[in-house]
Amino acid sequence: MSLVFAGALSHAPGITGRAARADPSLRDAFYANLDRMREALEAQRPEALVVIGAEHFANFFMNNMPSLCVGMADAYSGPIEDEAWLGIKRRKVPGAPELSQRLITEMMQDVDLAYAQEWQFDHGIMVPLHFLTPRYELPVVPVNINCQGPPLIPLARCWAFGRALRRACERAAERIAVVSTGGISHWPATPDSGKINEQWDREFLAKFLDNRRAELLAYSDEETHRDAGQGGFEIRTFVALAGCTEGSKAELWFYAPIPIFAVGCTVAVVRL
Amino acid sequence: MSLYYVQKLLFQLNRDPRVRKRYEENLDSLLEEYELTAEERAAIRSPDIGLLYVMGVNGQLLMHYAALRGFEWDAYIEAMRAGERRYGPVRTGLYVRAGMSRP
Repeated sequence: MSLVFAGALSHAPGITGRAARADPSLRDAFYANLDRMREALEAQRPEALVVIGAEHFANFFMNNMPSLCVGMADAYSGPIEDEAWLGIKRRKVPGAPELSQRLITEMMQDVDLAYAQEWQFDHGIMVPLHFLTPRYELPVVPVNINCQGPPLIPLARCWAFGRALRRACERAAERIAVVSTGGISHWPATPDSGKINEQWDREFLAKFLDNRRAELLAYSDEETHRDAGQGGFEIRTFVALAGCTEGSKAELWFYAPIPIFAVGCTVAVVRL
Repeated sequence: MSLYYVQKLLFQLNRDPRVRKRYEENLDSLLEEYELTAEERAAIRSPDIGLLYVMGVNGQLLMHYAALRGFEWDAYIEAMRAGERRYGPVRTGLYVRAGMSRP
């Protein structure tokens, strides 16, 4: 068994880019739990970190949009955004090309994947790395789920992907950590930025924390769009992690709507 | 409908420094490479962030274009609201409902 850590966290660009404008007590409590997540991750001595993200047209566009893509590069770079805008300096991030190739090959037994040997990380991966691997030493295997440009992969296929990832991790000798990163309800980069449906978030999180497969897969995109905004499509990252940790419950370490960050800020860790 | 090409231009502008350089040095020749309507070309050129939003440009592309053109965060949000007041609800894409939900 080589999955040694699994967790979920938010990645909104405001978390670093508009940090000074947030309620300091909420922001600092959120940051403290991200730090706690880093310590828990480090305690498991992972050799690689799989980040299941939902990027925002940094690499993947409607000219050739993969539903699922896994990185297989020697190294990645990021952030693609303006450094000052995001509050994160541009840098190289080490990849794990040989491990990536083994994981991809194994997962392809169960799910169709695209792979990429070139990938510029946007805030969707850089914000999590900023908090979890601040020295950028841990090799990363990025995963992208298209949550931006419909048609979108069905939730059941995200679960199947997570399951395939788990199986592939268990066949690898390396100690592997997996984090998923997405928003719950939010309306990012629109006039409704800052709107958060806390009740919807808490109901979703309760299902996620209990790993209730049927209830997680029952959300329709129409309902999600109506109640949780177009940003709500990113629940695919949570569903993939729940598939990867099927049968395990998770603990919620932090949840609070922080409007200037445009998302209900979340830190959750799975009890493997 | 050439919204696809408006978004493709912004996608390439956001990710490729060489496209940004061409944008700065010779916008006309860059715009010629995309199938755009006169309204779209004018909105990109102005820039009319509110109109681009109402046309249906995805915010994940638009917010970076706004930042590139010097819009601070609050000014970007306000430009989209002003666009709705001036041009009406969002015409197509994911934000149609969001546009209709506000008075």
